[in-house]
Amino acid sequence: MTLWQEFSKGIVRENPVLKILLGFCPTLAVTTLVINALGMGAATTFVLVSSNLAIALVARFIPENVRIPCYIVIIATFVTVVELLIQAFSPALNAALGIYIPLIVVNCIILGRAEAFASKNPVLPSILDGLGMGLGFTFALVILASIREIFGNGTWLGFNVIGIEGFSPILFFALPPGAFLGLGLLIALVSAYQRKR
Amino acid sequence: MNDILAIIIGGIFVNNVIFIKFMGLCPYIGVAKRIDTAVGMSLGVLFVITLASTITFFINYAVLVPFNIEFMRTVTFILVIAALVQMVELVVRKLSSTLYNALGIYLPLITTNCAVLGVALLAIKNDYNFWQMLAYAVSSSLGFGLALIIFAGIRTKLDSADIPLPFRGVPIALIVASILAMAFMGFSNMVK
Repeated sequence: MTLWQEFSKGIVRENPVLKILLGFCPTLAVTTLVINALGMGAATTFVLVSSNLAIALVARFIPENVRIPCYIVIIATFVTVVELLIQAFSPALNAALGIYIPLIVVNCIILGRAEAFASKNPVLPSILDGLGMGLGFTFALVILASIREIFGNGTWLGFNVIGIEGFSPILFFALPPGAFLGLGLLIALVSAYQRKR
Repeated sequence: MNDILAIIIGGIFVNNVIFIKFMGLCPYIGVAKRIDTAVGMSLGVLFVITLASTITFFINYAVLVPFNIEFMRTVTFILVIAALVQMVELVVRKLSSTLYNALGIYLPLITTNCAVLGVALLAIKNDYNFWQMLAYAVSSSLGFGLALIIFAGIRTKLDSADIPLPFRGVPIALIVASILAMAFMGFSNMVK
């Protein structure tokens, strides 16, 4: 597999959310607004790339039995870095994402990539794999957030996109039930498209 | 006393971990296929969340706060939870084979359950005292169990339903969750 394929597979073909069906917790929780989805996507991508890099470097020194706790500590370290950075530079994003920033630790995508890819591959492919998976995760988040923000709030990334006089947003999409419904329909759409081909 | 009651109602219904806070979705989608496995998983989660929240609560106020290293909270808590789940598995296996048969297979799955870390962190973030924390941990896990068992009940019916092919599996589970979440929204504003 070429390096380009390692990078691009996570974006569409093996999209972690829409195809592999991992990491639903942050996907549903932060997608009320596109800006939150971008923030969560960037934070998760940073953690994915750094933890993949670190794990690819140290994997062969870690004994088999204790590898999962070791990976979790490495991931948690980078999550703490991200948490402190967001607190320092973007208090608004920190308030919007709240508890879901430390919960990046238990995002199954990250531990999944560490175990399935970074521990068995050299550094460069691991970085590209993390970057691709992170972008795929961000991509899925932004699609779901776009649906929820446009219908639930009438805006996209803060801009008013529905110019209809007297349009009142469908609050349902901004609330938790809308998140479940939106993601359910998206995954069904992807699977219907796959069946057709 | 009133605040404890508010926390309990809040934890089970108003801020249900699955439907409102979106934590612990993996077991919700993966394990809740039959009612008896849902009950087993719920009991395991109740046990681990309560124990983990209690231990992390003491670690936070006895170690992290006095030494002024609260920024280590995420790393410490996840390690404690991972170690705790392993230890509980060993202890349960030695002590009671009935309990192990009932809970054993669910325990390893619980480490990666974000509800455990989430509840432990939220109890600290909300500045709960010990009893409030305990009420919050127990009621959150009861809310988790309630959601899991309701969904397992619905899923046994779904098995015999004629669902369009692309919706089979995860999509229909999420749409059922959407309808259940709408029902749970009815409890909002019950407690502040």
